[in-house]
Amino acid sequence: MSVDAATIRRIARLARIDLPEADVPAIEGEINAILGFVAELDEVDVRGIAPMTSVMPMGLAMREDVVSDGEKAAAVTKNAPQSEDGYFLVPKVVE
Amino acid sequence: MTDLLALTLDDARTGLAKGDFTAVEITKAHLDAMAAARPLNAYVLETPEQALAMAQASDARRAKGEAGRLEGIPLGIKDLFATEGVRTTACSRILGDFVPPYESTVTRQLWQAGAVMLGKLNNDEFAMGSSNETSAFGPVVNPFLPANWSEAQGRAALAGDKKGLLVPGGSSGGSAAAVAANLCLGATATDTGGSIRQPAAFTGTVGIKPTYGRCSRWGIVAFASSLDQAGPIAKTVKDCAALLTAMAGYDERDSTSVNQAVPDYEAAIGRSVKGLTIGIPKEYRVPGMPAEIEALWRKGAEMLRAAGANIVDVSLPHTKYALPAYYIVAPAEASSNLARYDGVRYGLRVPGKDITALYGKTRAEGFGREVKRRIIIGTYVLSAGYYDAYYLKAQKIRILIKRDFEEVYAAGVDAILTPATPSAAFGIAEKVNADPVEMYLNDVFTVTVNMAGLPGLALPGGTDASGLPLGLQLIGRPFDEETLFSLGAVIEDQVGRIGAKRWW
Repeated sequence: MSVDAATIRRIARLARIDLPEADVPAIEGEINAILGFVAELDEVDVRGIAPMTSVMPMGLAMREDVVSDGEKAAAVTKNAPQSEDGYFLVPKVVE
Repeated sequence: MTDLLALTLDDARTGLAKGDFTAVEITKAHLDAMAAARPLNAYVLETPEQALAMAQASDARRAKGEAGRLEGIPLGIKDLFATEGVRTTACSRILGDFVPPYESTVTRQLWQAGAVMLGKLNNDEFAMGSSNETSAFGPVVNPFLPANWSEAQGRAALAGDKKGLLVPGGSSGGSAAAVAANLCLGATATDTGGSIRQPAAFTGTVGIKPTYGRCSRWGIVAFASSLDQAGPIAKTVKDCAALLTAMAGYDERDSTSVNQAVPDYEAAIGRSVKGLTIGIPKEYRVPGMPAEIEALWRKGAEMLRAAGANIVDVSLPHTKYALPAYYIVAPAEASSNLARYDGVRYGLRVPGKDITALYGKTRAEGFGREVKRRIIIGTYVLSAGYYDAYYLKAQKIRILIKRDFEEVYAAGVDAILTPATPSAAFGIAEKVNADPVEMYLNDVFTVTVNMAGLPGLALPGGTDASGLPLGLQLIGRPFDEETLFSLGAVIEDQVGRIGAKRWW
């Protein structure tokens, strides 16, 4: 399988990365080189194999459904590019 | 006066316990060495004030008779570990001047054991790379000089564009270089596809990627969550064992961390390996493998045989699919993990006319080329219509890779011996125009271990014709790091340490 320039632009938009038009051909070549490399997997028969969902065979731990952390708005917003009164500020989203 | 920089972690512990020197003295010696070694670019942040304060506190604890396992031992910390109040960037522009308000579990445990933090170590951006050249802080220089270089030549290149000098490997290039250059007694590192073991092999140091779930991932910048594990890089096998004993353990804040007691790994050093069965997997004899790597591998097996181990040929038939499957799974998980860097909550923000434009511009400017490439690949393989063909299939292949190992272990094999890398360290900028797949091939021997979640130890096995270190890898059963330390100590006894001479 290989991708074309239009697919690269669409995927970059899905990934929310602005891609200058001049960079598209190079990225397209690199992505196709990687896809060519992974095409080797086509020869593996995986019929009847369940996909890996947990690296070590174990169940997820349960705990009491209680608040164990919080009330740290100042620490949480400390690294924000813009914040006010314990909120993150962003450009207006809803008109 | 003892050369405090030449000591191993274990030697330093003995010296500190005997009162030959203090934690403050050995910390100062390292801080001075770090300042003199800045052109190597191993550290991206030095924290001398904190280091001295921690060393003083350590000396005070020792005076009260409260010494921990790593009391007074100065360490370097990979910049992927969140350190409270100390800038943590994953060596990416997108994290900018992020200062975590919390401490990663692994580093917290190291400080609880008495260790001292010297600073933050360089790595490939978000741990994505095999040469440390993708770091936003620039490449790290390997303390080993290229073949036939004079020290003066090395110094001239170091003052210039660094071309021709060697990479330390990656992604934990700063960790490996700092240990090899005696700029710390040990370092934390992380390994997603070989990022502890390949740099250890390139720098004559020892590194272990423990079993998946052995160390908590809490507070470590995530790359590919089902593959990432923390581990140490150190000067010797015993030093690695001491560090891992402090780093490992269950953490309820990481749902994949395993609730199993942590043994004293140091106790495994010196244990007999007589009667252990060591597998030599034929699939690791890759086409075009240099003769010196073959010879190194054979020598390693001979050393273990001489110590009483049984050497047997084994087969891991899905080995060749591990790397291509990794280049689906790792970017897929990375594209998801790195979605959080959006210019809203922390790090870089590039303003845009609306929120979508802000995201797109911030991520375009904040991420480097390799990271963008992996996010795009990962987004593609997870996108509608391709998920089954790529991601799901790769996760099925992981089961087959894991099963290969399980069958070999079930047949009575205790550990597997392989080369750590297909070559010795290469030059800075040497692979800059290569196809990305060529760089990825560095991890061909290490990546299977991450895919199966197993422990893997890399240690020096010898040198190539020009004196550069070459590494061997021991792969173990899940949670049997102890056998790897026992076997590693046997090889280390024969090979000795391969140290870099100071020329910078």
